[in-house]
Amino acid sequence: MATMKVNQISRDDLDWQLDYNTERCTMCGSCVAACPFEAIHAGIEKRRKVVSDHLTPEPKVEFKAIPIIKQTVDTYKYCRGCGICERVCPNSAIKPVRNEDSRFAIKYRGALADPYKRGGRANLSTGERTLDKIRVGRISQMTDPSLDASRHTFDMLAPFGRVLPPGELPINVKDGKLTLDKTMLPPVNWIYPIIIGDMSIGALSWRMWEAMSIATAYLNEEAGIPIRMCSGEGGVPVRLLQSKYLKYTILQIASGHFGWNRIINAMPKMTEDPAGVLIKIGQGAKPGDGGLLQAKKVASHIQEIRGVPKADLLSPPNHQGLYSIEESVQKMFLSFNSAFRFKVPVAIKVAASSTSVSVYNNLLRDPYNIVGGFFLDGISGGTGAANEISLDHTGHPVISKLRDCYNAATHQGKQSQIPLWAAGGMGQNWNLAADAFKSIALGANGIFTGKLMLQLAGCVGNDRGKCNACNTGLCPVGICTQNPTLVKRLDIDKAAENIVNYFLSVDYELKKLLAPIGNSSLPVGRSDCLISEDKAVADRLNIQYAC
Amino acid sequence: MCRIGAIKSKGFIHPSKALTLMRSQQKGHDNSGFAMVMQDLGGRFEDYKELPILSMACTDDGMATAEEILHKEGFIRSMQWSPEINDRPGLNIEPMPNYVFQILQYPKSYKYAPQEEKEQLLVDTRLKIREALEEQEAGYIYSFWPDVITLKEIGDPTDIGEYFGLWEEDEEFTARIITAQCRQNTNYDIVRYAAHPFFLQGYTALANGENTFYEKNMNFQKGLNKGYIGFESDSQCFLYTLHYIHKELGWPLEYFKHTITPLPFDQLEGREDSDVLLRIRSSLAHLEINGPNTIIGVLPDGTVFNTCDAKKLRPVVVGRTDDTVIITSEVTGINEVLPDREWDKDIYTNERETVVVTNDLEVHRWQQ
Repeated sequence: MATMKVNQISRDDLDWQLDYNTERCTMCGSCVAACPFEAIHAGIEKRRKVVSDHLTPEPKVEFKAIPIIKQTVDTYKYCRGCGICERVCPNSAIKPVRNEDSRFAIKYRGALADPYKRGGRANLSTGERTLDKIRVGRISQMTDPSLDASRHTFDMLAPFGRVLPPGELPINVKDGKLTLDKTMLPPVNWIYPIIIGDMSIGALSWRMWEAMSIATAYLNEEAGIPIRMCSGEGGVPVRLLQSKYLKYTILQIASGHFGWNRIINAMPKMTEDPAGVLIKIGQGAKPGDGGLLQAKKVASHIQEIRGVPKADLLSPPNHQGLYSIEESVQKMFLSFNSAFRFKVPVAIKVAASSTSVSVYNNLLRDPYNIVGGFFLDGISGGTGAANEISLDHTGHPVISKLRDCYNAATHQGKQSQIPLWAAGGMGQNWNLAADAFKSIALGANGIFTGKLMLQLAGCVGNDRGKCNACNTGLCPVGICTQNPTLVKRLDIDKAAENIVNYFLSVDYELKKLLAPIGNSSLPVGRSDCLISEDKAVADRLNIQYAC
Repeated sequence: MCRIGAIKSKGFIHPSKALTLMRSQQKGHDNSGFAMVMQDLGGRFEDYKELPILSMACTDDGMATAEEILHKEGFIRSMQWSPEINDRPGLNIEPMPNYVFQILQYPKSYKYAPQEEKEQLLVDTRLKIREALEEQEAGYIYSFWPDVITLKEIGDPTDIGEYFGLWEEDEEFTARIITAQCRQNTNYDIVRYAAHPFFLQGYTALANGENTFYEKNMNFQKGLNKGYIGFESDSQCFLYTLHYIHKELGWPLEYFKHTITPLPFDQLEGREDSDVLLRIRSSLAHLEINGPNTIIGVLPDGTVFNTCDAKKLRPVVVGRTDDTVIITSEVTGINEVLPDREWDKDIYTNERETVVVTNDLEVHRWQQ
């Protein structure tokens, strides 16, 4: 009798189990070849078969060894449910099935003394979102007619940059006209109210990054949608830095300061100013935590862009040397404004937190008028290498905090002086336009979104723990990996096309929401047009309760 | 929807003209009120141009409260006039016990005070009286300003006219500018303060329409000036924006239009003044209006103007003769008052236009 190895990991411990049909399998090997995790392999099974080869039944037992596809049972090589095997199987012979009774999280930690990492998706907060509990409830009628989304024009641009109150504008009256002294005015750029959020080249494959860059350029130059894309931490290819497309790119500096020496070196050769600079302090998916790019994803081109050796790249939780808002303003904002001759808006990105309002208030009172935006990232944000413990158990939903920040500014009569941008799960239910509209009505000037771009490119992960292997460098669809073989799975042109098409539909849908409330420009802070059937949500956000 | 109108004339005119103007536009509407502001007064008020006039509707207690505050501030009454009341059963009106138009002299200590200080005193005193009246539920103070009279009443405009004897022309009660509204608020409770015209420091505004950016306008305006209070109507926002742009910021009138209905971004490109206009758009985004609106405004110097929302969703027409210009919601009103004008010279203000009537009754059309 075999020994019961109860403390070893077994198939029923795993999150995902293979549903495999030997009868349909032709052993073509596609699934094994396609699985980046080596979670399946070819094996042999001994089969007992009763046969009869006489005219009258004369049963006899035969044993046969047949080749099959087997699930690997291993704490390193385990199935993540990405479903690539199912996609490549020509005969529908294999698919992963969620194991409701999984014990993998405990087995993994017990075996490896390591946090159980699952990449950039929240695994616990997958219920109905606050944004889904809000509707647009004030529909224009006879007294304030709806607009025609197809016929009327809409001004859907948001300011990115420090907005001065009118009394502080260097305006003079001359011959009945206002004139402006433009020297030392903080830069303000008008951009589309949705930004492609910061996802670094390093976290993403270069092909994914290229797809987003192509989509951004196309949207700007062909579709007339002035969308901006943030580089994420870790630098930008020098070729892009020197190209005209830099004007569509917001350069990010996060606490690792990776890649900034390259950016600074490229500055004399820049032909365009970047769209902005974003100083990342925190991220919604891992508030209070730093960033991490595992050595396995630090490919040679990443080393070159970031100026680093092949090693784990850790961004500390904060910018070393900055421990107060005063220092931040004086050192970081001033230096980055100065670096680009005070012509490029410099904004900050923080994780939504109980203290977000304090930070925002502090910045609103900044005497230098140089903070060009407040990017607030909520609990559902992030891609990449976030620890599960951070993903699932820290963070703050963004909506109430966005509302608090807007209300705090309103209380001081300073709304929109530092434009508010919010994110963290925008488009999680595939409807970015609705999320954008509701966020704007609650006080955002705009929103940013990241993971949705990955979904458009073909990411197979979901919020219920499917795939979620962005951290492994083994992204099965070539989006979050630097593995040359896997990267080639991503069709750059198709991904770019999907992103462009999605934004075209978002633009149309945004108009379809603006039109019925009778607005042709962004309804920033127009919370009177929102209702909620959830009393708690209505009370918290101070919008109308409807039942 | 409201029906609004403004008459500006070289000679003095009686409020019956305003009632006539408005009554013909009442058809099909609920006629729940009439209100007017008379500026550049004639008749019994003509000799007191420099002195502030208090316009109030109140109870006896309210009257006593107001007089106590005025006395305490040091104001001295110069003249008081109350309209003759013609009450009869069946009139659809909800009158207050007292209607007071009092001319007051500034406190002696303000004899040599600069104009700004005097103006601030008037605003502060009005706000003080308003607060006291509200606490006691004892009445309403509409304006406290030189050469200005305000009357707001709930009821049928025809009956209101009869109650105050306004249908009979009377040379003693006239003005060169009369702005008027009939019908009260539809969005909120019918309260006297909610009736147009709204008045602050010599600025008057009326609007027909719906201010869909009311909430963001209001939230922003509340912090700009202590006189920006009330907000019983979404249209009050237009007055405060006008006051803020023209008085507080000291910008020329044309920038009122640029603030409330900024040019689309694609039209701003290539304009010489695009820098200024883009900054206005970013700094004053919360004063933008986005609903259907027609706004009539009056400046302290007597300039009357009209402008509309950026899509021209509400009607307005300007009709004129050599000595009278009328801006109102529907042409039928002008037909009643100026039947012999050259109607083909009527102006239907367009979506990017501000029509300005100067004190010489010149009519200018400014394109944004």
